Amino acid sequence: MDDFLVIDHVSKSFGTQRAVDDVSLTVAKGEAFSLLGPSGCGKTTLLRMIAGFERPDGGRILVSGQDITALPPELRPVNTVFQNYALFPHLSVWENIAFGLRMSRRPREEIRSGVDRMLELVRLSEHSRKRPAQLSGGQRQRVAIARALVNRPQVLLLDEPLAALDLKLRQHMLMELNTIHEQVGTTFIYVTHDQGEAMSLSDRIAVMNAGKVEQVDTPEHLYETPRSSFVATFIGDANFFTGVAVELQHEGYVRVMIDGLGSPLVLSNGAVTSNQTLRLMVRPEKISLTLKRPPSGERVNAFPGIVEDIAYFGSHTRYRIRAGEHSILAQLQRSRFSGGEIDPVRGAEVWMSFHPDEGRVVRLEAAA
Amino acid sequence: MTEEPAQPSRQWLLTLPSLVWLAVFFVIPAILVIVTAFRPADLQGGVGAGWTLATLREVQDPAYLPILWRTIWVSGLTTLVCLALALPMAFQMARVGERMRQVLLLLIVIPFLSNFLIRIFAWKSLLHPEGPLTKLLIGLHLIPENAVLLNHAGTVLLVLVYTQLPFAILPLYAAAEKFDFGLLDAARDLGAGPWRAFSKVFVPGVRRGIISAAVMVFVCCLGQYVIPQMVGGTSDEMLGSKIAQRVFSDRNLPHASALAGGLMLAVLVPMLVVVIWQRLSRKEAA
Repeated sequence: MDDFLVIDHVSKSFGTQRAVDDVSLTVAKGEAFSLLGPSGCGKTTLLRMIAGFERPDGGRILVSGQDITALPPELRPVNTVFQNYALFPHLSVWENIAFGLRMSRRPREEIRSGVDRMLELVRLSEHSRKRPAQLSGGQRQRVAIARALVNRPQVLLLDEPLAALDLKLRQHMLMELNTIHEQVGTTFIYVTHDQGEAMSLSDRIAVMNAGKVEQVDTPEHLYETPRSSFVATFIGDANFFTGVAVELQHEGYVRVMIDGLGSPLVLSNGAVTSNQTLRLMVRPEKISLTLKRPPSGERVNAFPGIVEDIAYFGSHTRYRIRAGEHSILAQLQRSRFSGGEIDPVRGAEVWMSFHPDEGRVVRLEAAA
Repeated sequence: MTEEPAQPSRQWLLTLPSLVWLAVFFVIPAILVIVTAFRPADLQGGVGAGWTLATLREVQDPAYLPILWRTIWVSGLTTLVCLALALPMAFQMARVGERMRQVLLLLIVIPFLSNFLIRIFAWKSLLHPEGPLTKLLIGLHLIPENAVLLNHAGTVLLVLVYTQLPFAILPLYAAAEKFDFGLLDAARDLGAGPWRAFSKVFVPGVRRGIISAAVMVFVCCLGQYVIPQMVGGTSDEMLGSKIAQRVFSDRNLPHASALAGGLMLAVLVPMLVVVIWQRLSRKEAA
């Protein structure tokens, strides 16, 4: 992978608070990359350091080989789409987009053609004379994107680009952002706390927690093979179990004894030694519910339980199943193909089952 | 952004107190002043019966023109200097922490706790040839030994700026406090250096504050007569001094009224132009 944007051991503290703690990342040219994490995880501070609004206490930031750590924002080949868009209220849409080109004193003709091209890209040509206050939220955001992209930045930073929009508009802008990214081919760095946004916008995601990067991976890998329980809970929902490895199998599977539940067989996801205490994760939608005990076999993990609660979401239904001390979340989609069984009702005795490949070891506890 | 349009009748009701205040303390006195200009003066220094246009002819004396001109340019220059000093001050005040901001506001308001005349006298003694400031500056070889700091146009400007500066800072600070400083980040991000971000984004962003501050300072300066009289030289008279002279020494109220009316027109006409221009530009933006 070519290292286009390099974040090299960057740290930043505010007072005693370590906002960004020795973070290293590399982003490829043209990649759509997300910094994902809860508020206060340091993702915005990291973004502001890339943009030049904050100086790192230590470490370096490089863009295509050039060290930009000490450069002020105006000299960086980086532009930002701000969370509240920060459009200049006293300037028209056209002048907002032209601002960057005027600052770099480009010839009049180049400014005109550049702005017009951007207006076309974000489909706002007929609104060019309006003031930002006269635009809708989605239009303002498109102006903000155009105003940044017109400068042909090497890296475009987008700070919570969809947070200020309502749900329908957000879904629409999501598609729009993907389209724009494909068209311009610029490296996009998103900062978001919304895992759905990050998953659908990015090629890769860095999940951040308490100033550190927990895992950098493709959306699919993050979801399917989270390396820590933080990542597993932050990306989607997850059931966690703590158990002891009782039987190692040669194909990378391990049988884990879980008190009060049973001994499922799961993927070992790395080196596991016998008698080690483990943490397992199973996604709710990977668990299927049946009224009868599923046919037993080597490859099936099945446990009985009682339906405690049911929540209907339209596209899917969630069940909370009680099995001894464990409270397990299962998510089912209703369709003809999912089996002719009647729906479980509250208080019904059911069987939960999942395939060994769907259960994963997320963190190895210190050997007991 | 949509503003809920209030009922017209209720709007009137809400503005009624301020309208009454304006009528009693501004419109009626202004009309009285203008009316007095058309009355003859009597020998006791009062206003006589009947009507006359003689006073209007008297005040067209070309000797007033240089004084009017000086009044306007001294006021204009004071306004510009005040704005140039108040803009960065307001900018900083809006950016510092809450505690520091309170301290700065207090420091700006503190001079008002002492009497205006006393503060002018303080300047007089500061700038006096035997005064501490003059001696210090000569001692530091910053000014020549025979320099006179008092009694010329520069002194008038200095003291005018000193007295008017708070009136420029306060409206500008009110505007700067509402300014979204994230816009400066955006400007820097788009390639503007700190100075250009300030001039291209902050200054237009506090435009309304600048207009209020300018009007406030300019209008107050136009009427000044104490400062030019106390710290200025003989050739630094402003129109206010002439009006005061007509009232207090000549005891010719109609003549003073005519001058005051003329000054009022000289102020109101440019202000009306600004207001109309603003209305038009706002309509254009809508």
